[in-house]
Amino acid sequence: MEGIDISFLENKAKEIRRNIVDMIYHSGTGHIGGSLSSTDILVTLYYKILRIDPRNPVWTDRDRFILSKGHSVEGYYTILADLGFIDREELKTYCKFNSRLTGHPTVKIPGVEANTGSLGHGLSLGVGMALAGKMDKKDYKVYVLMGDGEQAEGSIWEAAMCAKHYKLDNLIGIVDRNKLQIGGPTEYVMSLGDLSAKWASFGWEVVEVNGHNISQLVTVFESVPVKYNKPTLILAHTVKGKGVSFIEDKPEWHHKIPTSEEYTRMIRELNQEDDNVREDIGSAV
Amino acid sequence: MSEKTSVLPCRKAFSEALFELAKEDRDIVVLTSDSRGSASVENFAEHLPGQFIDVGIAEQNLISIASGLAGCGKKPFVFAPACFLSTRSIEQIKIDVAYTNRDVKIIGVSGGVSYGPLGSTHHSLEDIAFMRAIPNMTVILPCDVNQTKALVKSLVSYNKPAYIRMGRNPVENVYDENIFFNIGKANLLSDGADATIIATGEVVKTAYDAALILRDKGIYTRVIDMHTVKPIDEEIIIESARKTEFIVTVEEHNIKGGLGSAVAEVLIRRLPVKMYIAGIPDEFSITGSQKEILEHYNITPEGISNIVLKELRRG
Repeated sequence: MEGIDISFLENKAKEIRRNIVDMIYHSGTGHIGGSLSSTDILVTLYYKILRIDPRNPVWTDRDRFILSKGHSVEGYYTILADLGFIDREELKTYCKFNSRLTGHPTVKIPGVEANTGSLGHGLSLGVGMALAGKMDKKDYKVYVLMGDGEQAEGSIWEAAMCAKHYKLDNLIGIVDRNKLQIGGPTEYVMSLGDLSAKWASFGWEVVEVNGHNISQLVTVFESVPVKYNKPTLILAHTVKGKGVSFIEDKPEWHHKIPTSEEYTRMIRELNQEDDNVREDIGSAV
Repeated sequence: MSEKTSVLPCRKAFSEALFELAKEDRDIVVLTSDSRGSASVENFAEHLPGQFIDVGIAEQNLISIASGLAGCGKKPFVFAPACFLSTRSIEQIKIDVAYTNRDVKIIGVSGGVSYGPLGSTHHSLEDIAFMRAIPNMTVILPCDVNQTKALVKSLVSYNKPAYIRMGRNPVENVYDENIFFNIGKANLLSDGADATIIATGEVVKTAYDAALILRDKGIYTRVIDMHTVKPIDEEIIIESARKTEFIVTVEEHNIKGGLGSAVAEVLIRRLPVKMYIAGIPDEFSITGSQKEILEHYNITPEGISNIVLKELRRG
């Protein structure tokens, strides 16, 4: 999307964050921490980078996006509604009886490319889509957003090996490196060590970025493929719960539901114009 | 019923038939996990490399990649030993193929106990049960080379997820050439009023031979080739129950969860009759050649005919 400027994207990210908190509070379910950590990545992709057409979700030349960390669904659904893939009113059915907006996405929802929720599938699915693009000589790109806890899944490394072998420079993996997973810090649950070196050793071109700096994200996404014949891995350093000071970097907010008081505080913070103006709660983070 | 014999394994016939179709249809893609030899797909690697993907020994990746390809309009056929595909890849099959409802054909070769002496790691005696329990999946076991060739033609235009299980070893032909494979519609191989034998896969021949033994003793059985275990042909099961009152099922599979269970589910709901489920008992199988193992568990023409004789004597 030409002509979209950074401040538009930053404001959009705030709006999406408010929606995430709204959806989780009103439905009483969801994964708040990881949704907030991946918001800026999703906003950058959907409002600036991806070649998509909400009026034609199955356009054969579209870029593909796969939310491999399928639990971070609230921001994803909000964006799909905001862009017109689904009706905004439908967001109110999130996780309600017989809604297609389930706690993890499925292809029943226009714009969704894969049924995710079980971790470690997305990159392999992306390899398939990228291979199809190469076979058909199409120039679309395939983006796969993974979690960092998800990196423990062995299938990711099967896919990593394969993407390099088949020279899939149309495949972009993104790791939302928020350093926490459901059981605590990633380094405590299952240490990832030097993730950048791991991906590089599998033959990927690795780019590290501040996953909340939209200007940086745009620059990085616009530079891929970084190397001809090589898949790109964007290691996005993020903060779990980003945007709400008192839940940032707190493992218990992986999927905690805010009380009404917490909800009010969250919305108040997310309505602040300046990121530096925050309630003095949890500001030690 | 053909008297002709063949020395080809079904997997070879499948691959050859698919190769002919793939030359004309460039969207057909063959994937394998370092099984190009055992799956007999070297012809694709050599002559259609643009339609062939080897992912190495990585069965999870294998299935998800196939789903990604299918999502972009390709027609993937995934080949690997049935034992690994049906266990190592089962979550990918459940989610990326069946739940997503993508047109991926999962071809399990060297199924059942056809890897005999290699042991239970290489046997697939629970694959029908696993696959049958997944919504949207079709489960098919061809019994010979001619039927396998016909199946390939039907599969190419069958735009749904399907699991196909074949053995490793050459099989005798049950069918003539140029038959039509009707997915979901069982074949009646012989008719009779004394008992029904329903079989699937390469033991259909065993069931047919059991009927010949019984015929020599003046006992006439219906023999049904239930090549499609899911969706199962309910009507032929009910018709058989009405005609014969005793049904034996025969399968190269654990007696829990396979063809016998599928037939029983239909009977118990619509017309209960006495049944016997012949197969591998619920244990890690003894090892030996495929023939020795099947003999050990009485999956032989004599073994099956004895089940019928015993029941009729009792009756």
